[in-house]
Amino acid sequence: MSTENPVLKVDSLVVETDAKDPKQILKGISFEIQPGETLCLVGESGSGKSVSSLTTMGLLPEGALRAAGGRILLDGEDLLQASPKRISELRGSRMAMIFQEPMTALNPVLTVGRQLDEVLACHTSEPAAKRREIVLDALEQVHLPDIERMYDSYPHQLSGGQRQRIMIAMALLLKPKLLIADEPTTALDVTTQHQILKLIRELQEKHGTAVLFITHDMGVVADIAHRVCVMHFGVIVEQGEVKQILSNPQKQYTRDLLSAVPSLTPREPRPQRGPRLVLDVAELVKEYAPKRGLLSWIKKPKPGTKAVNNISFKLYEGRTLGIVGESGSGKSTLARCVMRLIDPTDGVIRVDGQQISGLTAVGLKPHRHRIQMIFQDPYRSLNPRRTVGDSLIEGPMNYGAKRETALGRAAELLQLVGLPADAINRFPHQFSGGQRQRIAIARALAMEPDVIVADEAVSALDVSVQAQVLGLLDDIQERLGIAVLFITHDLRVAAQICDDVLVMQRGKVVEYGPANDVLGNPTAEYTRQLIEVAPGRSWDFANFSPAG
Amino acid sequence: MLGYFIRRLLAAIPVMLVVALSVFLLLRLSPGDPATIIAGEMADAEQVNNIRTALGLNEPLHTQFFIWIGNLLQGDFGTSLISQTSVMSMISQRLEPTISLALAAITLTVLISVPLGVIAAWKQGKWIDNLVMSTSVVGFSVPVFVIGYILIQVFAIELKWLPVQGYRSIDDGIGEFITRLILPAMTLSSVYIALIARMTRASMLEVLGEDYIRTARAKGLGQRIVLFRHALRNAAVPILTVVGAGFALMVSGVVVTETVFNIPGLGRLIVDAVLSRDYPVIQALILLTAGLYVVINLLIDLSYAITDPRIRY
Repeated sequence: MSTENPVLKVDSLVVETDAKDPKQILKGISFEIQPGETLCLVGESGSGKSVSSLTTMGLLPEGALRAAGGRILLDGEDLLQASPKRISELRGSRMAMIFQEPMTALNPVLTVGRQLDEVLACHTSEPAAKRREIVLDALEQVHLPDIERMYDSYPHQLSGGQRQRIMIAMALLLKPKLLIADEPTTALDVTTQHQILKLIRELQEKHGTAVLFITHDMGVVADIAHRVCVMHFGVIVEQGEVKQILSNPQKQYTRDLLSAVPSLTPREPRPQRGPRLVLDVAELVKEYAPKRGLLSWIKKPKPGTKAVNNISFKLYEGRTLGIVGESGSGKSTLARCVMRLIDPTDGVIRVDGQQISGLTAVGLKPHRHRIQMIFQDPYRSLNPRRTVGDSLIEGPMNYGAKRETALGRAAELLQLVGLPADAINRFPHQFSGGQRQRIAIARALAMEPDVIVADEAVSALDVSVQAQVLGLLDDIQERLGIAVLFITHDLRVAAQICDDVLVMQRGKVVEYGPANDVLGNPTAEYTRQLIEVAPGRSWDFANFSPAG
Repeated sequence: MLGYFIRRLLAAIPVMLVVALSVFLLLRLSPGDPATIIAGEMADAEQVNNIRTALGLNEPLHTQFFIWIGNLLQGDFGTSLISQTSVMSMISQRLEPTISLALAAITLTVLISVPLGVIAAWKQGKWIDNLVMSTSVVGFSVPVFVIGYILIQVFAIELKWLPVQGYRSIDDGIGEFITRLILPAMTLSSVYIALIARMTRASMLEVLGEDYIRTARAKGLGQRIVLFRHALRNAAVPILTVVGAGFALMVSGVVVTETVFNIPGLGRLIVDAVLSRDYPVIQALILLTAGLYVVINLLIDLSYAITDPRIRY
């Protein structure tokens, strides 16, 4: 470690819940960051990595959490002893923060220019014209196009990537010594993520900013960190240079975390299980009609947006087909069409030979149970006021099963997905995210489907939990021969679970074939780009060595 | 935006027609007969019938309706059955006091309730929040006339700061106009202050949990800017809705306040008209109120687009 004065020095920081019987969230953590250095705080949810950053910024939720001990020194000044007024002065000028959700981090009712201008108006005494100049320059530096127009735009008129660039411009406006980035790319597509990470690095080198980078993504760590702190339950388990942590982790927890990162190399192809074609989609189209103006009945109709444009694929029993693409590629629309949650405009969907694309709601009912869905967010896809048992038996009882029979089957299913039998009488909030996703899988299985559609089913989970849920899906597929349509933006996950992969871009198929070919040896330029920008591509995490 | 405005105005036409028809029918179906009231208690059936014929009340219902609508379309609201003066002039005399009172009350309401709600949300759970919330319960539950008499007792009789009652037109001097409006406006606004302070607090609490508020704080902005520039504008839509609905309710619900403070406004006009079954006056007043609702609702919807750039028509 260098002998320079650190920009940020956190010393035995303790944060606890603000209650009569306080519970420690951070149990005395210590780290420091030198100028121009990027320190990654990495850990799974609940490890306390975000709490560390919020404590530094003085943004802990009042009445819920409080700093109970230790010191946070910014350039030698103890932030925990500073007055609220002093903290306000330091925020934005000496330390700045960018957040995870660019879609909600900007105020929707103020123009972008106004929100940037505020920072200058608050911390400097520059006149308005000069402030505008500085803001435009900052927008230029984060490589936004058409900056004059950007200045007058409202956040909702911009894409997620553009918004995150604006957050970065805002954070770096006064050239702070410390930039805290809390999962700044988690909500973005890989391509955008790649660009944002590059931008942060570029600006950091230019201004010598110290960066505290919080992430759960080992790929991002490999790409951006100089040093790494691995956190687990409010304790720093291990810290060191990034190379050393990735290649020679000392602690078992770090080893487990790294081993759980799915590899980008596709798994060995599995033999075809049987000849039964369970899902056959041909030339599927979903078109959204254009918005109609006042004079629509005299003007020529504008063409609609084809969210799904002529997609065909076949899925055989026991196989997994991955639909891969960035946000807006139409992969979720495709899943919803296949489920008949929305009506396709054109094309054919056959489930086990039965065409379901043209059926009415009533005609569809006898076939609904053949195809079931698992959703992305297990915190919202289960009804919080129904017990797990009630959620599980609702479907079968709709199809005429007796309550007792259905309950018996539900208990079996819970065991199958690795939950205790007494889970049946408990409510969703009593379970963790991973457990809830297991319940969602059990719910889908309760209908004895031929096909399961999993829409980003593991995206909201930590890597270690993600690995377990993927293992479970694999195991169930092996036992029951169910086919899985797996929608994901994550190429690593796709490489580990899919037999075949279909890459989508703007509603169209870019490439479709066996996973080994598509991900191992892509022919389409777009697929190649996607693999190119996947974070941590150069590292084989599970083997603690550079990728071969 | 202009297209939306025009479409909304066009959509108001069928609404007004339905209102006109239902008011007309409801009045004819309800018991009581203006002719009997005009003729007095001593009149016999033939006298009453003569009066009915003279007033046109013996015509078939649909004929009566079309005559009324036809006159309306020419801007003629008819004449009062009782006083034989034109309904238009009766209303226009009474309009100024009521509109002045409602405007004063709604201004007072917004000026007091919104800051109170913002502060209560900011200091959620602290003593000032509890104070604002418990006072608003009082505002809800004490009847308007009680508040009116208490205010008169304190400010007019004991302290002698303000006149007890009465109304002066703005033409008679702004000072007189305002001093006589203060107590009625305070009385009328009490319920709305309570309502809108609570609404503001609830709406603000929701917004204060948003990510962009955290961003604003992370920028080092002061508390006042965070609360009023960043939070309040985002919390504005539900508040505007209640303010608009409140204003419309005030215009049609000022009877008690006007009676307590002896103000010659629309509220008392409508009560008198209902008691004497003065059909043309009642019909005109209800149509006027309905029209006011339509206009205020349109203004509220347009104001959404001003506070929130994501709303476009």
